[in-house]
Amino acid sequence: MSRIGVFVCHCGENIGRTVDCAAVAEALKDHPGVAHSEDYKYMCSDPGQALVKKAIEEHNLTGVVVAACSPHMHEKTFRRACDQAGLNKFMCEMANIREHCSWIHEDREDATAKAIDIGRTIIEKVKHNRPLEVIKIPVTKRAMVIGGGIAGIQAALDIADGGHEVVLVEKEASIGGHMSQLSETFPTLDCSQCILTPRMVEAYQHPNIKLHTWSEIEKVDGYIGNFEVTVRKKARSVDLDLCNGCGDCWAVCPSKRIPSEFDAGLSNRTAIYVPFPQAVPNQPVLDRENCTLFKGRAKGLKKDACGKCKDACLKNAIDYDTEDEFVVEEVGAIVVATGYKLYDVGREQPEGLKGYGEYGYGEDPDIIDGLQFERIASASGPTGGEILRPSDGKEPKTVVFVHCVGSRDIDKGMAYCSKICCMYNAKHAMLYKHKVHDGRAVAFYMDIRANGKGYDEFSRRAIEEDHAEYVRGRVSRIFRDGDKLKVWGFDTLNDEQVIIDADMVVLATAIRPNDGVKELAQKLSCSVDVDGFINEAHPKLRPVETNTAGVFLAGACQAPRDIPDAVAMASATGAKVLSLFSADELEREPAVAVVDEQTCIGCMRCALVCPYGAIEQREICTVDGQVCGHTAYVNPGVCQGCGTCQAVCLSNSIDLQTFTDEQVYSEINALCMWE
Amino acid sequence: MNSQHSDTFEPRITAFVCNWCTYTGADLAGTSRLHMASNVRIIRLPCTGRIDPLFIVKAFERGADGVIVSGCHPADCHYTSGNYHARRRFAVFHDIMQFLGVDPRRMTFSWVSASEGAKWKDVVNETVANIRELGPYEAYRALAPDAVEPWPEAVDGLTPAGDQEPAAKEVAS
Repeated sequence: MSRIGVFVCHCGENIGRTVDCAAVAEALKDHPGVAHSEDYKYMCSDPGQALVKKAIEEHNLTGVVVAACSPHMHEKTFRRACDQAGLNKFMCEMANIREHCSWIHEDREDATAKAIDIGRTIIEKVKHNRPLEVIKIPVTKRAMVIGGGIAGIQAALDIADGGHEVVLVEKEASIGGHMSQLSETFPTLDCSQCILTPRMVEAYQHPNIKLHTWSEIEKVDGYIGNFEVTVRKKARSVDLDLCNGCGDCWAVCPSKRIPSEFDAGLSNRTAIYVPFPQAVPNQPVLDRENCTLFKGRAKGLKKDACGKCKDACLKNAIDYDTEDEFVVEEVGAIVVATGYKLYDVGREQPEGLKGYGEYGYGEDPDIIDGLQFERIASASGPTGGEILRPSDGKEPKTVVFVHCVGSRDIDKGMAYCSKICCMYNAKHAMLYKHKVHDGRAVAFYMDIRANGKGYDEFSRRAIEEDHAEYVRGRVSRIFRDGDKLKVWGFDTLNDEQVIIDADMVVLATAIRPNDGVKELAQKLSCSVDVDGFINEAHPKLRPVETNTAGVFLAGACQAPRDIPDAVAMASATGAKVLSLFSADELEREPAVAVVDEQTCIGCMRCALVCPYGAIEQREICTVDGQVCGHTAYVNPGVCQGCGTCQAVCLSNSIDLQTFTDEQVYSEINALCMWE
Repeated sequence: MNSQHSDTFEPRITAFVCNWCTYTGADLAGTSRLHMASNVRIIRLPCTGRIDPLFIVKAFERGADGVIVSGCHPADCHYTSGNYHARRRFAVFHDIMQFLGVDPRRMTFSWVSASEGAKWKDVVNETVANIRELGPYEAYRALAPDAVEPWPEAVDGLTPAGDQEPAAKEVAS
């Protein structure tokens, strides 16, 4: 028979005002299985907790029910007290008579009766609680960072500086991400490359960082502390151990007219190439889709159509027959930093989006997006930093900047604000005016959102010191008229139509999650929101965690982010990973499902509904090792304790510890004691 | 309890709620001091996905006049998809309930998030008013055994919790 102690708290007057606590303690004293019952003014205070501890020892209690506030408030407090008194802490439960009773009722008699009912329900539950032990999981103290942009680099450096090995995986041939493409950064106008490239080199040379470029995530197995990630190292055709990056190969490559991804299509590259001069690693990759030799092979030519780069390579580093390689990395935590792409607002849209055909993006070379302008303004860009328009290389005397193309537009674009465009438009207007003194910069905006440190001052500077003309209103059409681009817009503050003859137009297109993020999220058992950004575990309190324990988010994979935000998030993930790695074993509440192998029929319905992939099939063997059946097994490291599996189990073989069938039915049963 | 449908009838309502949204929403109703009918007894579960439809049948059998099931809004589940499983399960279960003789008007399904204390109050008050209108649920209770045995402490040869006390002490130390 259980010997349960009941402790009724007055919570000062919070409970005592509407609930007769002494009467509750008295009524519950006679409940079957209750060995001790008392009330006290402040049960959570030190003397209150001492009462609990004393009663556990004096009455040799097997369970404790504290009738007080919500378990979300003080369950931990009282469980700790029980633990200190030598009672297994999972034998203690809270009966919520404050939030769910005294605070929401006025009638003292009703509230007291309800408090007694709540107490009885929880007593019946505690009778069926079992002593449980905290689950301990070993931790592999090695992290993986997916994405080698500024967020990924920062996260990798922080973890590596903390003394742990990091595997940095980048799908492009070089780390650096979008930040390496930028000319200068707001609000300080310092050169992006100058602050980024030292970080890239530091990551490359760090003894604790292992770099996989030109690689993607193939498969993720395991759980927090114990992930097994299969990385696909795409065939590079260049042996990085032999190559010294001399450049002889790309000098002789005959395919010279492939649009450069790094220059956002504004310049050309060869088929064997390094993405940009400061690339890390500074070694080339062979783009097989555009290579003459591989195009020939695809057509079925018997003799290779080219081979110049291999002939030119004195180090003999080029091998046309390499294939994709798979590497399994064992890590304890994963940081996702896959970044963003820009909304391609052309007329043709693949994903059911409408696009902005009226703006002529992709049809007229002088209508460009923000990243293309970054390349034009960059000293390392196709124009060497001179502002020249793409169509004829002339200096544009009037440039129109259009804000919010695809952002904050429910009909044709994204509902959200892309966050960085107001700032980079101000920056672009300034950079343009600094280089073309007699030029005219006109910006069409909806609102100016400049809510970072020094941001509003910066955008005001663009208007006041650099004389950018800000027009509040939208642009309806942009079209070619001889040498000029006609921009039709509306000035809502002056209530008049505006027509501008522009030489070049820059569209601040919306930020979208990078390609393949949805598939990656699936591999990680993370969810994505309606826009495709990966969901954080809690928007306020757990912004860099995901619902998959051990997987963290940094930068624009979670929402549009500027550089300071992305770096701050990256360092936050670094701190999370380091605290995870600070212990040899993880401790978890034992609120996990367990399978009764005696009765499980191995139908695996539980595995179908498990949101975490925590359930696997195990073989049952006879004494002589013959497989004679299957059973489900719940991995306690992965299970989060939702109990969905239990409700679908046909043979009633799976039970969620702390919310077992026995416990719940006992609670329901206690309802018959009403009246 | 008066079996006549009268003014003295106080409905007994059992609520199965998830820990993360509705239970926390009910906590918020408390911290916001939103006064509501005192007829609802809450059973806390981790997720609506944990709710076995038989819990509801059992509640009616044990004397409930009405049942509320409430969890996180679709797409807000703490466990990603538990509430979707619950929703599908109850769509099917709705018909089986009628076959079992349970009046579907006595069941309320709702989504109450952790920030919707006021909505929880409305759900409680509306359900209590509806059930008050319908009267006590004698019809179903009559089908259940007369004498209700307390749920046994020892089930299928498992040791009663009380006899495990020394082991518990060892674990804790």
